[in-house]
Amino acid sequence: MLDTNLRHLESKEDITEVLENNKNVLISCGRMGPMCIPVYLIMEELENEYKHVAFRDMDFDIPASDFIKKLPECSSFMGLPFNVYFKEGKVVTATSSIQSKNQITEILDREFAE
Amino acid sequence: MENVVIAGSGPAGLTAAIYTARARLAPLVIEGHAPGGQLIVSQEVENFPGFSEPISGMDLMDRLKKQAENFGTRFKMETIKNVRKTGDAFEVNINSEMIKTKTLIIATGAEARRLLIPTEAKFYGKGISGCATCDGSFFSDKEVLVVGGGNTAMEDALFLTRFASKVTIVHRREYLRASPIEVERVKKNIKIKWAIPYVLEEITGDKLVTGAILKNCQTGKRHEIKCHGIFVAIGHEPQTQVFKDLVNIDENGFIKIEKGSTRTSTPGLFACGDVCDPVYKQAVVAAGHGCMAALDAEQYIERMN
Repeated sequence: MLDTNLRHLESKEDITEVLENNKNVLISCGRMGPMCIPVYLIMEELENEYKHVAFRDMDFDIPASDFIKKLPECSSFMGLPFNVYFKEGKVVTATSSIQSKNQITEILDREFAE
Repeated sequence: MENVVIAGSGPAGLTAAIYTARARLAPLVIEGHAPGGQLIVSQEVENFPGFSEPISGMDLMDRLKKQAENFGTRFKMETIKNVRKTGDAFEVNINSEMIKTKTLIIATGAEARRLLIPTEAKFYGKGISGCATCDGSFFSDKEVLVVGGGNTAMEDALFLTRFASKVTIVHRREYLRASPIEVERVKKNIKIKWAIPYVLEEITGDKLVTGAILKNCQTGKRHEIKCHGIFVAIGHEPQTQVFKDLVNIDENGFIKIEKGSTRTSTPGLFACGDVCDPVYKQAVVAAGHGCMAALDAEQYIERMN
């Protein structure tokens, strides 16, 4: 399990639950490394600001992460974390490796505008 | 009001926490955006005293954290937004709250440097990485470069040979900062080649990295090398941004401290570890320095009281 203050996804059921019950979802799938941790911290910071988005993280090394790894949008990714943005259960954008706060908010504002 | 707030959770910050906790000062550690510090990505630490067998950086930092917790250290996984001095106290602003403290120990360490090539940012996650242990497995049977000449670059190169078909170390000088034992290991590995003295000037590729342009530092001659991954290990920048108004900083960005102590230019504010060490940059040195900061802070509080 990742050592963050975000809610963790640990099983297929967790993934189904979050996608079924939330219109806008951002899942960050990674490890506790220097490229991933800054992204988790940005997500923690944005949770209060973007209350209409469900922010979740997921350990890249658990079996349930196959759901993220096998998405066509992630097929060419070569850096952790994989950040996948879902709107009404469908992938709208996905990014690979470290992202700045501006890069993340730009996608949130574009894809999940209220 | 807190007695001691410690900014950073690498070997310096956690050692300061162990000492101040044992002194019954109930320290609060603000872990920062890389809990455990730079060491957490080291696969094997062989030179930290007390470990006859290699230990992973993650395990070592876990043990240090538990040791600090055992004596009552509290932790917050937050980053400091700003700090100001009000009278004898400091106001430390983190995302969730404002914390008042008598002393502040800065142990924020240093962060990995970037290449500063215009296309670098575009290729993060598409071939460029700053973490071999995190991303190495994406480069199975591919050719990769490791840029740098220090211990991290050597460790990264060795680690990447588990996956990559060929690893080329690119370094701008004949002299390597890495320890001889690491260099020896690299030299013995047939998958690792050297590009010395070269600098990486351009990254080539459309959507993904497919190559790089290297320039020979002696002849100025440029040539293209095929690669799918580029791992950057070119040193670290001290993390001093939020403390700049409170402490004196040298020309390379390191916090200036009084000789033989960890006192900064602001009373009650102490610095330890890589954030003020332009020379040694070792976990064990940072730990010793963290101990000094704790003792200095303890003495400062005693005098205050």
